[in-house]
Amino acid sequence: MGMEKVDKIINSDYELGFEVNIEEEKAPPGLSEDTIRFISAKKKEPQWMLDLRLKAYHAWLKMEEPRWAKVTYPPIDYQSISYWAAPKKALESLDEVDPEILRAYEKLGIPLEEQKALAGVAVDAVFDSVSVKTTFVEELNKLGIIFCSISEAIRDYPELIKKYMFSVVPMTDNFFAALNSAVFSDGTFVYIPKGVKCPMELSTYFRINAQNTGQFERTLIIADEGSYVSYNEGCSAPSRDENQLHAAVVELIAHKDAHINYSTIQNWYPGDAEGRGGIYNFVTKRGLCEGENSKITWTQVETGSVITWKYPSCILKGDNSVGEFYSVAITRLAQQADTGTKMIHIGKNTKSVIISKGISAQKGQNSYRGLVKMHESATGAKNYSECDSLLIGDRCGAHTFPYLESKCESAQIEHEATTSKISEEQLFYLRQRGIKEEDAVSMIVHGFCKDVLSKLPMEFAVEAKALLDLTLEGSVG
Amino acid sequence: MSTMMKIENLHAKIGDKQILKGIDLKMLKGKVHAIMGPNGAGKSTLSKAIVGHPDVEVTEGKIIYKGKDITNWEPEERALEGIFMAFQHPVEIPGVNNAYFLRTALNAKRKHLGLPPLNAAEFLRLLKEKIKELGMREEMIHRSLNEGFSGGEKKLNEILQMEILEPDFVILDEIDSGLDIDALKKVSEAINKMRTPDRTFMIITHYRKILDYIEPDFVHVLKNGKVLKTGGIEIVDALEKEGYKIFEEA
Repeated sequence: MGMEKVDKIINSDYELGFEVNIEEEKAPPGLSEDTIRFISAKKKEPQWMLDLRLKAYHAWLKMEEPRWAKVTYPPIDYQSISYWAAPKKALESLDEVDPEILRAYEKLGIPLEEQKALAGVAVDAVFDSVSVKTTFVEELNKLGIIFCSISEAIRDYPELIKKYMFSVVPMTDNFFAALNSAVFSDGTFVYIPKGVKCPMELSTYFRINAQNTGQFERTLIIADEGSYVSYNEGCSAPSRDENQLHAAVVELIAHKDAHINYSTIQNWYPGDAEGRGGIYNFVTKRGLCEGENSKITWTQVETGSVITWKYPSCILKGDNSVGEFYSVAITRLAQQADTGTKMIHIGKNTKSVIISKGISAQKGQNSYRGLVKMHESATGAKNYSECDSLLIGDRCGAHTFPYLESKCESAQIEHEATTSKISEEQLFYLRQRGIKEEDAVSMIVHGFCKDVLSKLPMEFAVEAKALLDLTLEGSVG
Repeated sequence: MSTMMKIENLHAKIGDKQILKGIDLKMLKGKVHAIMGPNGAGKSTLSKAIVGHPDVEVTEGKIIYKGKDITNWEPEERALEGIFMAFQHPVEIPGVNNAYFLRTALNAKRKHLGLPPLNAAEFLRLLKEKIKELGMREEMIHRSLNEGFSGGEKKLNEILQMEILEPDFVILDEIDSGLDIDALKKVSEAINKMRTPDRTFMIITHYRKILDYIEPDFVHVLKNGKVLKTGGIEIVDALEKEGYKIFEEA
């Protein structure tokens, strides 16, 4: 009896499903060398970048779409997708940003200007294929920090791009990474110089607006020796009947003693209860702990997309380096998520922590897939993994696929996994104390995710909690 | 004397099984009512029906509380109106901080009463006072709700909630089960302190022991889904000697 109600509570609407009417310039659907030349020309790229794109494109043509994940979807027609869409007006300053776009961001709860200025957050916003506005640039520049769109970085900092792009995720790493390397539209570039602690949270918001468009952003973050940066990304898309492809690549490089904190709140349109529409989220994210004592922390809250295929990973090359992965993934409606991480231990005394919380409701299917690999050189390395699944109702599923490979005798790997259900008894206990049913569900879910939510930067955590409530409670504000 | 709760011809089932077969029971304001009876008599089902547990389906009859028919009310509505159950087996809720949970519950109640919510500092002051009285360890309020608590600690935590929420009608569902003598004394003392002319207790128990500490005003014996006998403490003496069958002849 009670569970049906919970089901209703979970069935809340997708709040961010609005579409913005702005004039957009779009490439005709289809993918060929010409498409890539078009994109590169639009972005006024140097020849070397175009050459790299074409190289990736030819490699991609020979590759096959991976089908090993525990997700099912009809074949994707890569020729029916438009690989470029941009607001028509040129964007030079905030004043010139189309007010419709600004309103769209406001609706998303992302005030680009004063509010964020007060909050001390620097924001880069990517609308369909182009970066709309980067705030706080000057202030960051004084510290030598570069925070700009990847397109600008290709033009203005070619040496850094040539050195680091494709260094962590090679262009032929996998099918979707190769596709992204060929057609990536925009994304964010961050460079933190030696010894600089970035004084504010850096944020990017991605928005897919145009119809029949893929989004292929590329993010590159370099933290030089002894530096620190905390970076957040959020995403959303309009509700549509057809599926849209999102294939992003994120590369992180942490040098000696550097620490990168990377948080994601992914709220792409999840499709409807029958699995119609929704974003295909095929993302490659990888960080390299290049130097000694470096650290990379991935924190993700995944509530959107109809299909998610995503494994933010760490290559722990530097001795004593640390990789962390904290994840909350919710699948409801007919969503399918196959997500997890890879921790590759190469350096001595490297450490990794994996905390994964999967929540499934309705017909949602949630899989954790994680690899912990200890190379022969990784003496004294340690891993701790914990994968917990929470089931709401009896039509959903949770699956755990841990892969452990160790070639090093002194390395320690610890893995724990639990699966539990929100029980009638838990709900009833809270209700007997006068707590409303939807608040009770939210309390139990928050409790379940606590270890992960506590890792998010403060204001992002507030947003994540609100999003969890929206997703699970139906309290549309 | 005024009636707190009146149960009229209550029939209820759990699944397909008819368990309550016409319960008639009156519980008075400011009194302690003990409910006894053999296993399967319907004691737990009766308490679940009163608090609105979703497992219990009322098929006939009424539950009148403070003059209102609450038979079909949601569990949280009954709770906000002052009905509280100390659970026999309090459930564990991982990651939900005990103090946070208690404050949420208290503020839900305060909102219902038209009172402003207590802020964290005000609430902690109240909470610390109560746990000191109960002799609980302070770290228990910072742990996850009931998680890793011993049997005795779980029961004390139920009593703590009762003290914070100050209900009008309290069901103690086998609060004595699994408690050693010292813990039982402690729990009983706390309950006795809560006895006021406005508060009604319904104590469900198998054993006489707790009734030595908390003296009931009325004892009701349940059997086979009906009230077999109502009286004073003397009933308990007879039960001790002869067992439940002595009431069956009449």
